[in-house]
Order: sequence, then C-alpha cells, then structure tokens
Amino acid sequence: MSKDDHLDGNAAAGPLSTIFAVDVTAAECQCAHCGAIDRFARTRLYMMGPGVVARCAVCEQVLLRLVRAGRRLLLEARGLTYLSLDTSQVQEPGS
Amino acid sequence: MWRVGTVVALRDETATARTIAFEVQDWPGHLAGQHVDVRLTSPDGYSAVRSYSIAAAPNSERRVEITVERLPDGEVSPYLTRQVAVGDRLELRGPLGGWFVWRPEQSEPIQLVAGGSGIVPLMAMIRSYRTTRGATAFRLLYSVREPGAVYYRGELDAPASEVSAPKVTYAFTRAAPKGWPGRLGRIDAALVARTTWPSKLVPTCYVCGPTSFVESAAGLLVAAGNSPERIRTERFGPTGERQ
Repeated sequence: MSKDDHLDGNAAAGPLSTIFAVDVTAAECQCAHCGAIDRFARTRLYMMGPGVVARCAVCEQVLLRLVRAGRRLLLEARGLTYLSLDTSQVQEPGS
Repeated sequence: MWRVGTVVALRDETATARTIAFEVQDWPGHLAGQHVDVRLTSPDGYSAVRSYSIAAAPNSERRVEITVERLPDGEVSPYLTRQVAVGDRLELRGPLGGWFVWRPEQSEPIQLVAGGSGIVPLMAMIRSYRTTRGATAFRLLYSVREPGAVYYRGELDAPASEVSAPKVTYAFTRAAPKGWPGRLGRIDAALVARTTWPSKLVPTCYVCGPTSFVESAAGLLVAAGNSPERIRTERFGPTGERQ
C-alpha cells in the first residue's frame, strides 16, 4: 500500500452516521492488535473498495470495516477494543 | 440523516471553482471544519455521494456553503459547478466530523496549512474566528498553483490592521503574481520555519489538502518541533472528491 491511497478517519463520518447516532470519528479508540490508542479521526481510511476500511495508523491492521451489499449494511469492528466519547463535545443530531 | 438544502446563492471563486450556498431544512448548526455529504440521484435511481467541507462560519441562519472545484473527469463536480441553479433542492447529510474542527473557546495559537482546495474548511475556521473574535491568533500558509487559483482572495487579503485578520503566507507552486518577492515552489522547511508559529508556543495545526500534500506538510511541521498530537489533518482523495 502506498502512502498516497488513504484518507483520514474523518472522512468516514458520513457512512458511520448511518449506524451511530452521534459522531464517533472524534472518539478515542484502541487497536485490538497493537494496543495503540488514538482518535478514530486519525486512523488510515481506505474508501476505494466496496466499502470503508479503517486501519491502525501505527500497525496498519484493520480496525473497522463498513460494507454495503444491496440493502444490507455490515459493520465489522473486531479490530477495535473500544470507542470512548467525550459527551460534552458531542453534537446532538437534529437538535 | 439526509436533509433538503435549497440553493440560495452561487458565487464563482476562480475559473473552475464555485461556491454554492444552501439553506438547509432543520439544520442543527455546524462547527468550523466540518463537512457534509451531498447526494445526487438520477431519474433511474443511480446515486452518487461526495463529501465537501463547509466554507461558511457557524451561523444561526441554517446556511451551509460549500466550494466545489470542477474536475474535468468528475462525476459530480461538473454538475455542481455548471448546472445547479438558485432554487434547486439537493440532499445533504451532516454536519459531519467532530475532530477536524476549531471551536471559539480554543485559546492557543492556530496554524492553518492549506494545499489547493484544502483551504475550504480552514476558511470556515477563519470566518468563525472573525465572527467570534476569539482570544487567539491565526496564521495561514496556503500552497496554491497560481494566483488565479486562490479561493476567497478578497477576504484573505483584508487589511492586516484588522484585529482578527489572519497572517497569510502564500506558496505559489507554478506561477506567482508580478513582482512577487518570494520564490516559486512547494512548502519547504525554510518557509515553515519563517512563517508558521514557533513550536514553543504549542499551536494547534490544521492541515488540509491532497494526501501527498498533507503527508509532506505534516512532516515539515513535526520536523519544525511540533508534536504530532497537535496536528490535525484532513486528506482529499486522488480525485479531489473525497469519496
């Protein structure tokens, strides 16, 4: 994978908003592979395939996949230990 | 959640870039730096979604502005920059992204670094700063091909005597205005050292542009002593359309 083919986790905010009620790109997350902790917005994001793949910026293992297949939307997140949100900074949708 | 945005104004920024202003139904308000997804659906049901940064400062008028660069082979940008007219209604999803944002309560110095159309979300931060007269100071380093490709020129070149005017430095990569004192070329270590906030002031840096630009600029900021923790980045895809 070249350095030039990825975006930041920021760019997944739209697709992730179809599943999560609040923005999770600003959340802190931990990589289940290497233990690195960072904001989801700082992960390496690949959007060229049939879905969205977020990889750890440290070890490059897959953290999360979001794939649309017809009418089904599949979220796979076994590469993430947790997501931790600062609720004081969360925008309420539609408020 | 998709909302309906009605086009209320159009403004050309350059020969190839147009700002589209929407009034969005039930818009909850946004933060400077956030983006929206725009969805276009053709009569046969085919739809295309693209992400665009919001250029407008946060406001209470449910107003969202995006600036779209027309890409010759783009699927969406030629339509948005040529066909869309005042009164048209488009589908928008947002506001999106809670990380690449500037909030008026931030009091540290702010360093903005833009590559080409990466200026858009940074302009929202500058406009927000001007509106709120935040307690900090902004600097912008703006890398752009040529003078004709500069977005928001009139606003960026506002008199420096204005209290909340950011200090703007241009890096022209292909052609400079007549009499330009600087040299032509990409942002380099010397320009970063001379024009950005010293790292000892612990600025927060926002870098936006094409992926290769962001890699390079963020690397230079780190080499100048800024902690990677203080650098927030937003990369555009190879097409300039983020999706």
